[in-house]
Amino acid sequence: MGFKFQNVDFLKFDTLLNEDERLVRDTARAFVEDNLVPIIEDCFREGRFPRELVPQMGELGFFGANLHGYGCAGMSNVEYGLVMQELERGDSGFRSFVSVQSALVMYPIYTFGSEEQKQKWLPDLASGRKLGCFGLTEPGFGSNPGGMTTRARKVGDEYILNGEKMWITSGNIADVAIIWAKVVDDPEPGKETVRGFLVETDRPGFRADEVHGKWSLRASVTSGLSLQDVHIPASNLLPGSGGLKSPLMCLNQARYGISWGAIGAAMSCYDTALQYAKTRKQFRNEPIASHQLIQEKLVWMISEISKAQLLSLHAGRLKDAGTLTHEIISLAKRNNVWMALECARMARQVLGANGITEDYPIMRHMMNLESVITYEGTHDIHALIIGGHITGSPAF
Amino acid sequence: MKIIVAIKQVPERDARIRIDSGNKWIDLEDVEFSMNESDAYALEEALQLKEAHGGEVIVVSAGPERAGKTIREALAKGADRAIHLQSSDETELAAYDALGVARLLAASIQDEKADLVLTGLQSDDLGLGQTGVILAELLGLPHASLILKIEVAGNGLKVLRELEDGWFQHIELATPAVLTIQSGNTKLRYATLMGIKKAKTKEVRVIAVADLVASDPSLKPTAPSVVLDQVKLPHKQRSTQLLGGSPAEAAAALVEKLQFEVRVI
Ligand SMILES: Cc1cc2nc3c(=O)[nH]c(=O)nc-3n(C[C@H](O)[C@H](O)[C@H](O)COP(=O)(O)OP(=O)(O)OC[C@H]3O[C@@H](n4cnc5c(N)ncnc54)[C@H](O)[C@@H]3O)c2cc1C
Repeated sequence: MGFKFQNVDFLKFDTLLNEDERLVRDTARAFVEDNLVPIIEDCFREGRFPRELVPQMGELGFFGANLHGYGCAGMSNVEYGLVMQELERGDSGFRSFVSVQSALVMYPIYTFGSEEQKQKWLPDLASGRKLGCFGLTEPGFGSNPGGMTTRARKVGDEYILNGEKMWITSGNIADVAIIWAKVVDDPEPGKETVRGFLVETDRPGFRADEVHGKWSLRASVTSGLSLQDVHIPASNLLPGSGGLKSPLMCLNQARYGISWGAIGAAMSCYDTALQYAKTRKQFRNEPIASHQLIQEKLVWMISEISKAQLLSLHAGRLKDAGTLTHEIISLAKRNNVWMALECARMARQVLGANGITEDYPIMRHMMNLESVITYEGTHDIHALIIGGHITGSPAF
Repeated sequence: MKIIVAIKQVPERDARIRIDSGNKWIDLEDVEFSMNESDAYALEEALQLKEAHGGEVIVVSAGPERAGKTIREALAKGADRAIHLQSSDETELAAYDALGVARLLAASIQDEKADLVLTGLQSDDLGLGQTGVILAELLGLPHASLILKIEVAGNGLKVLRELEDGWFQHIELATPAVLTIQSGNTKLRYATLMGIKKAKTKEVRVIAVADLVASDPSLKPTAPSVVLDQVKLPHKQRSTQLLGGSPAEAAAALVEKLQFEVRVI
């Protein structure tokens, strides 16, 4: 079970937070410490999503926390980010589930949905009575979702959907899937437009198959979805969605949260390595923390974690002010996930052989972060987003 | 039922503390603070009583500005309003002993005419265990200490009191009353995100300690009957204890020690 987490705060970062922000973080931290930490190694080993924690998370307001009304908590984006940080300090897969429910399912309904759709879905998704998933990626189209082959065809007052989606978090446990498809002959014959649809997962022709054999995010469900002539009423179209920009707006919500989440995983690795280094003795009966090379690793980690905290907080304050750009989100996601993965690798070395076991959380974080650095835009795709922005030359 | 809960903000249980240069207290720089543990249980009892029987829960806390976070936490968990007896700095309240603090608390809640006043059994920092009991005396109310459970019975209360060695006492008493609450009998709730948001809109009446004292000179700190002379860290000692009895008894004793003495499980 590793060590009891001690707050990681080198920069007096907490003095940058107001009372509410700290209370929100305290709630999320206590919840994770009491409920997730004791079971997460078992969940990860068994490849089991701890669904039993969903109702309590709903009561606490963790789902769609930065949305307003419809049973959502109405938190600021900084508060929402701090929740993500704490959840991922527990486990990236667990955080992924909350990110999907919040940023990729509730957010598009909130942003592109009709009033009726919001009333119907948001309160149940906020409480956790209903779960959702987000289907954008396809077997043949990952980094380039614009190439998607899933099609929606309007026939009378219905849409008929056909296509395959892959790597869909929560696919097998979802009650509703937000499916992104190209609508044929939209807005005019011969043209196609990407739009979002609410697809209840019990509709005939909809199938979800769980992806097995993952070495990463094992406490989160990942699925392939197949849609074969799935009929949905026209009223299931998210009316405000239009173009690839719509799913990318959702991804920006999620990526912002991931930038915070990665800090949590890094904190867990660093804190474990620090506590271990102070107790483990080698040579001259001295703790390994007294060796220069170990100190250098610990210093690297705390430096990068501290910088990442400031970066995410800055992004959060901009987001609350309404001035955050997607390039800044790319920079934060790219930097923070990278540094978290580096921290995991370094921290694991500090623990020597113990580092490879499930007695400590580091190896699990490391394996999880290999997904986090790939999904929601790979590390390199974010480099291209930032690169395109600063040079004016798209290099995809 | 109108319930007042006295809560104190104390250094966090796991905080890595250092003794300050005067050896009179701990260095408060960089220390994390939290709600005193038994006060948190007192608040929980109050909130459960309110949920079952209706009424109002008011928290009162004496402390510097930083105690505002703990007050906010209580409001976020469901208290209806708060009274913050605010000291101007870290030292103002240090001039008072338990009697002096209880006098201040009594003066600030007297007009509320509460049916029930709850405090924690003792504070995790000073550990005097006196404030609640003296408060009862000053308010002229009956009291019971070490309470684990409160039930409403007729016009009064039925309470469960912890004695030593696994013995308990059932007491019935009339309201209004003062009870000091023992930790550990129930599960504490978390502040929900909605609760944290709602707390912003709840009333916190801030009374400066200096203003209260100015309005009633008898509240001035007198020569304290108890003074804190020196603070020091306990000596580290290694010792071995052999737990006797049957394997089951030894295991039970070990679990108890790990849980309550070393607090690692
Ligand atoms: C555990 C997990 C959960 C996921 N959950 C979801 C979900 O809920 N919903 C969803 O829609 N998707 C989800 N995804 C999918 C994820 O978003 C994609 O895996 C991601 O977008 C990358 O796509 P890909 O795997 O097809 O890789 P590819 O796009 O094939 O990329 C492979 C490699 O090529 C590089 N590359 C690609 N194009 C370029 C280029 N132009 N220039 C330079 N390098 C390039 C990439 O950086 C990468 O290194 C999930 C993935 C994982 C692993």
